[in-house]
Amino acid sequence: MIAPTVRDGTITPDRIDSAAELPIGYTDDQDGGHYRLVPTGTDEYFASSSPIDSWKRFLSPPEALLVRGRSSSTDLEVEPVVPDPVAFAFVGIRACDLAAIGLLDRVFLAPDAVDPTYATRRREVFVVAVGCVHPGATCFCASMGTGPIPRDGYDLALTELYDGDRHEFLVDVGSDRGAAVMADVSGRPAVAADDEAAAARAERAVAAMGRQLDPLDPPRAAANPEHVGWGDVAGRCLSCGNCTMVCPTCFCSATQDRTALLGDGVERWRVWDSCFTADFSSLHGNPVRATTESRYRQWLLHKLVTWHDQFGSSGCVGCGRCITSCPVGIDLTAEIRVLAES
Amino acid sequence: MSGPQHAAPRPSLAVWKFASCDGCQLTLLDCEDELMAVTDRVEIAYFLEASSAVVEGPYDLSLVEGSITTAVDAERIKEVRRQSRTLITIGACATAGGIQALRNFGDVEELLRIVYATPEFLSTLGTSTPISDHVEVDLELRGCPIDRRQLLEVIGAVLAGRKPAIGDHSVCVECKARHNTCVLVAHGTPCLGPVTHAGCGALCPSFHRGCYGCFGPSEGADIAAMTSVLRAQGMSEDEILRLFHTFNAWSEGFREPPVGPVPVALSPSRLSPSRLSPREDRP
Repeated sequence: MIAPTVRDGTITPDRIDSAAELPIGYTDDQDGGHYRLVPTGTDEYFASSSPIDSWKRFLSPPEALLVRGRSSSTDLEVEPVVPDPVAFAFVGIRACDLAAIGLLDRVFLAPDAVDPTYATRRREVFVVAVGCVHPGATCFCASMGTGPIPRDGYDLALTELYDGDRHEFLVDVGSDRGAAVMADVSGRPAVAADDEAAAARAERAVAAMGRQLDPLDPPRAAANPEHVGWGDVAGRCLSCGNCTMVCPTCFCSATQDRTALLGDGVERWRVWDSCFTADFSSLHGNPVRATTESRYRQWLLHKLVTWHDQFGSSGCVGCGRCITSCPVGIDLTAEIRVLAES
Repeated sequence: MSGPQHAAPRPSLAVWKFASCDGCQLTLLDCEDELMAVTDRVEIAYFLEASSAVVEGPYDLSLVEGSITTAVDAERIKEVRRQSRTLITIGACATAGGIQALRNFGDVEELLRIVYATPEFLSTLGTSTPISDHVEVDLELRGCPIDRRQLLEVIGAVLAGRKPAIGDHSVCVECKARHNTCVLVAHGTPCLGPVTHAGCGALCPSFHRGCYGCFGPSEGADIAAMTSVLRAQGMSEDEILRLFHTFNAWSEGFREPPVGPVPVALSPSRLSPSRLSPREDRP
């Protein structure tokens, strides 16, 4: 069971064993390069916005064994690697992150290129989504059309209805598996007033989003590859790669061959990589994208523009993690606005 | 079938010391579980820290620890290069001049007078410089000290004839892979991770401490932007300068961080006897 949980002064998705490990009584204060845990003084379970880290590590781990081999004097014998079966329950996942998994599905489960590691981990996931009623200052899922209320891809979707006296969950059943779980849960039938209360909360959440992104800006920015704004943002960018590491849809990886000191075994591993590293675009020893400016442009325009060509939608779900986790607080919603100006 | 594993002679390994603390050589000895495997695959031909038995060169692989601080060493490294098929430098001293490169910012004659009772006995260069300033280096392993997994990776890669997986990206990439909390963003702890070369496995941030840059600058590191972040975290100009001027002070990235004026007492060239040698004042 993976759920947002309090750890080291943040709320991050991690393994929990009971509901007591949910971030009860905590929310978060997020801004560019800034995250702080804040007590709410209530016993709400889901008063926070998107966790500081994404959920992708559970489906596409930072390191994954792809192939195991054995070299003889004349040949290399390759053994298939069958990933260990895993059955996750994702509890408390927000609409933005559910949308991100939908995007990763297109990458890793494409009919002609199914990734065994991802497929094995994804297959059994039981999703208990949560409507996000406390978006943060870096959130803009409403702009990206992914939230704050999950629309599909869940077994159960909860909306926490809390107003001091009342503390209930409105449950939307999204699958047979979800219905089977709810058969064991006590409660009362929802009435129209419950739906109205949930809708009102969602409406307030949309109004409370701290950031916005105009969908017309990315194509305009793509038409400005020489805009001075690219150099300006590169002058602030550390090229540390944090944005790509925390992005719930950044999926790029490198492959590493590992040999043991003794014996003839060899393993090929896939490891997370970032388009902000020189190695990422190195061909024959030199990087195609040698400057931070070219790397930032590649990242932003792939995420917001060419992702459409490749996967049929934007690669950004509006979770705001890249803003929060950027040590210098670079804000893609602000950058794209500048870069779109002619 | 090929014959037994040792039918062909094992590649020879030499480990050299220049100006250094020996900590990186110790990292090789610290590979306790893997040391037997290493000696099974390579002949340790020259490694005075481990054995006084010496096999004459040339050597297939040389690991070089330490920086060049004397005229004698400046000549000796050329001979080591001549004797070595592959030469890999290990640690902050060998790759950046080490902590002793702080002398490069000041007047070594003045420092000698402050530190030593009879400085005329000493023969030293005015600078501490990395090995790559003197001879061609095939690969650099960063760190103070180096990371044992990286050392084993390099030895294994050389033996297998493959490219070692030694990335030059930032510590942040390793931190995020480990699912660490960002101490900079979430705790407000100054951390050099965003501009520091990976390889340690994000050791300090894994224990809730800021990275202090012992692996030196990462590729593409923007030191000016990092300096702004540290300033925003409340660090003073001299604290920022001190953070960069430690083990890799003379590395190109960390050498001249854009900081404002610092108090003269902290400038290495202005170190006075009263600041550096309070020995006679002690009880």
